[in-house]
Amino acid sequence: MADTATTLPPAHGAPRFDVRTILTRYGAWIALALLILVNLAITPNFATWQTLNVNLTQVCAIVIVGVGMTLVIATGGIDLSVGALMAIAGALAPLIFLGKLFLLPHPAIGVALAFIVPVLAAAALGWFNGWLVTRLRIQPIIATLVLFIAGRGIAQVFTNGNLQVFNLPSFQFIGLGRVFGIPFQAVLMIVIVAAAAWMLKRTVFGRQILAIGGNEKAARLSGIPVASVKQRVYLISGLLSGIAGLIVIARNSAADANLVGLGMELDAIAAVAVGGTLLTGGRATVIGTLVGALIIQLVRYTLLANGVPDAAALVAKAAIIVLAVWLQRQGRR
Amino acid sequence: MAPLLSMHGIDKRFAGIPALRSAELVVERGEVHALIGQNGAGKSTMIKILTGYYRKDAGEILFDGKPVEFSSPQDAQRSGISTIYQEINLVPYRSVTENICLGREKRRFGLLDWSAMHEEARALLARFKIGIDVRRPLMAYPTAVQQMIAIARAIGFEAKLVIMDEPTSSLDEREVGVLFGVIRQLKEAGVSVIFVSHKLDELYAVCDRVTIMRDGRTVQVAPMTQLSRLDLVTSMLGRELSQVLHEGHGMADAAGEAREHVLKVQNLSVGRKVSDVSFDVRPGEIVGLAGLLGAGRTESVRAVFGADRPDAGTIDFARRENAIATPSDAIRAGMGFCSEDRKLEGIIPDMSVRENLTLALMPQLARRGIVNEARSREIVDRFIKRLGIRCTGPEQRIRELSGGNQQKVLLARWLCMNPKLLILDEPTRGIDVGAKAEILSLIRELAGQGLGVLMISSELEEVVEAASRIFVLRDGRTAAELRGDAVNEQSVMTAMAHGHESAREAAHG
Repeated sequence: MADTATTLPPAHGAPRFDVRTILTRYGAWIALALLILVNLAITPNFATWQTLNVNLTQVCAIVIVGVGMTLVIATGGIDLSVGALMAIAGALAPLIFLGKLFLLPHPAIGVALAFIVPVLAAAALGWFNGWLVTRLRIQPIIATLVLFIAGRGIAQVFTNGNLQVFNLPSFQFIGLGRVFGIPFQAVLMIVIVAAAAWMLKRTVFGRQILAIGGNEKAARLSGIPVASVKQRVYLISGLLSGIAGLIVIARNSAADANLVGLGMELDAIAAVAVGGTLLTGGRATVIGTLVGALIIQLVRYTLLANGVPDAAALVAKAAIIVLAVWLQRQGRR
Repeated sequence: MAPLLSMHGIDKRFAGIPALRSAELVVERGEVHALIGQNGAGKSTMIKILTGYYRKDAGEILFDGKPVEFSSPQDAQRSGISTIYQEINLVPYRSVTENICLGREKRRFGLLDWSAMHEEARALLARFKIGIDVRRPLMAYPTAVQQMIAIARAIGFEAKLVIMDEPTSSLDEREVGVLFGVIRQLKEAGVSVIFVSHKLDELYAVCDRVTIMRDGRTVQVAPMTQLSRLDLVTSMLGRELSQVLHEGHGMADAAGEAREHVLKVQNLSVGRKVSDVSFDVRPGEIVGLAGLLGAGRTESVRAVFGADRPDAGTIDFARRENAIATPSDAIRAGMGFCSEDRKLEGIIPDMSVRENLTLALMPQLARRGIVNEARSREIVDRFIKRLGIRCTGPEQRIRELSGGNQQKVLLARWLCMNPKLLILDEPTRGIDVGAKAEILSLIRELAGQGLGVLMISSELEEVVEAASRIFVLRDGRTAAELRGDAVNEQSVMTAMAHGHESAREAAHG
């Protein structure tokens, strides 16, 4: 049919400004702006330093985990083990600085190791996720389900199921400390978000992540080491989960292997989805994930501050997620 | 008696482009009818119109003496037209009976009537001389038996016409034999079969008559015994045998001979599709790989590029033997590969022209992992200009470009790497005529600068025009190497049809 193909008009490429595209691309920002405006109007004492800090500390752990989740989802995968890895990191840290694992030559060394070892352990488990996904070719949802189930159990074995309570300001700085009045965890969150956003945009690694999510076969045929990129992405997700786990236990002055990071995988995925990252991979925005987490948090805050019970807030959260994903699908047509 | 099926004057347009133009298909009762043609000739459209998958724009269909217009494949099936697809669409873990009765379970008092269903399954299979325990799970039986069960299920008791769309592509020789047995039994039972295949041997083995389609038209209908293989291929590709021999092309052969090859493949074997393929490419030369669909062309070059693992044979590239295990090895060694499926394996639709173009080059564009955007932009601008890529700018998303321009971006993806060898699998498929000519002349220009090009194309005219040597593959083997005066459409078609011996005769005699 060679002779008929000439009638095909070349696709024109003028950017179109229809409502759908705008909503898909900037929907999250618009929603965040609207929420802030509504709160300024109806919520008493909204525009205060304290409100900002409360909301920021509420989202820190979700955003940090969400950054890793964004990268994993960008490759077309998913990581369900993040909450369990938080629990493992959270269980390990007190064991180390309380000297239950080994004798500490100096308390400062204990604190240093309590930061390093749990985060590395979580990273190693993330690497294990990647190994299952790339070498054994298990679907990501199943591969990470392994640690989702086993991880919390491992954390409980470490601690014999006991609640570990502590009071160690040098360690707890990560969750309670302030830098120029801003919670340290918020600073850490901003740094991680900025670094990841930059990495996704400017580095070979970032481009490779998006290429794999956009078309894995084409990426492979273009010489991208698909397996190694995916492996690193799961490792990063594990590492960030470890950091988030430390923040949570530091904030609570206690580590409960049963509760640390519980349900975090879903919160993180929700933040990613609301933020505008494509759940099928190939298009991702780390800043969007931050905005997504802020939206979810702010809706909850708005409802709570105006006397709506928490149970209803959960329904609102679900509604936002449905709306966000529906908007994404509109944009794909 | 009137024929079982007659389709007359069938027209079909997709988005204004004609896919069928007054096409005809007549199938007699109890006959096995071959339907052949190149990709895009209109075979599948014809079948999909018959089975109600598409709606025809004009024409009439008479089935069993009555005019019909089916609304869906299910509707067609109810009237006695069954279609069998390439893959087995069954549930391996469930019993044979469950698979056969899926969707038409028998009920008694609101419960499943197992004994009646087992009985029906047994009776149906007996019709095809398959005597197995229908209570065992499907996967307990070998693929050939499973395939038979799938066919039995599709045919049921009511089928008057069975459509088989390349039924043998996933079967080995023995299984093909079994399938042919079924076809003969169907014929004895008075059932007609429409058999779509690209394998000439099979057509001659089971078919009574053939309808050949080209460019949406029915070009020939004849008894199989009255057509030679060469007639068949000629009619399918639409070239007259008397066509003028091809004149000189690209590089002078003598100069090419003198150079050492950049790629030499010997006795390559990959899976089921490639059993013994050899070819070679020299710098500055365009080499064509020709063959019918399923001859093993794509599978061979994928193995060369490291995308699939070869089972045996040597691949010698840039003087290193079997050094390529992955595409990234191939790329580092100086090879580029444009896959036949641009959408599925080429473009990254959500990325920009710039990101797509520099995808393979990225590691070289970076320092300590950070992409040098300025250099990237410079290179992309240069290639957009040089290849005449029509886009609003380097940041436009590639999915918004036309097929021809997407293909140019993919060519540029490799050209910016400065490769020694470029493998092009169907580089002009789905591209409008203007862009096609541009791409072909670009390929020729590049070869003139010393690039080795290995090109697969189903458009014979194109290969013959561009290539200075052509290797013809047939059923996973190199059937002929054509060079010099033998590079013409007639020799290629002869080799496709008969293999080595006759191609040599055609070339020299």
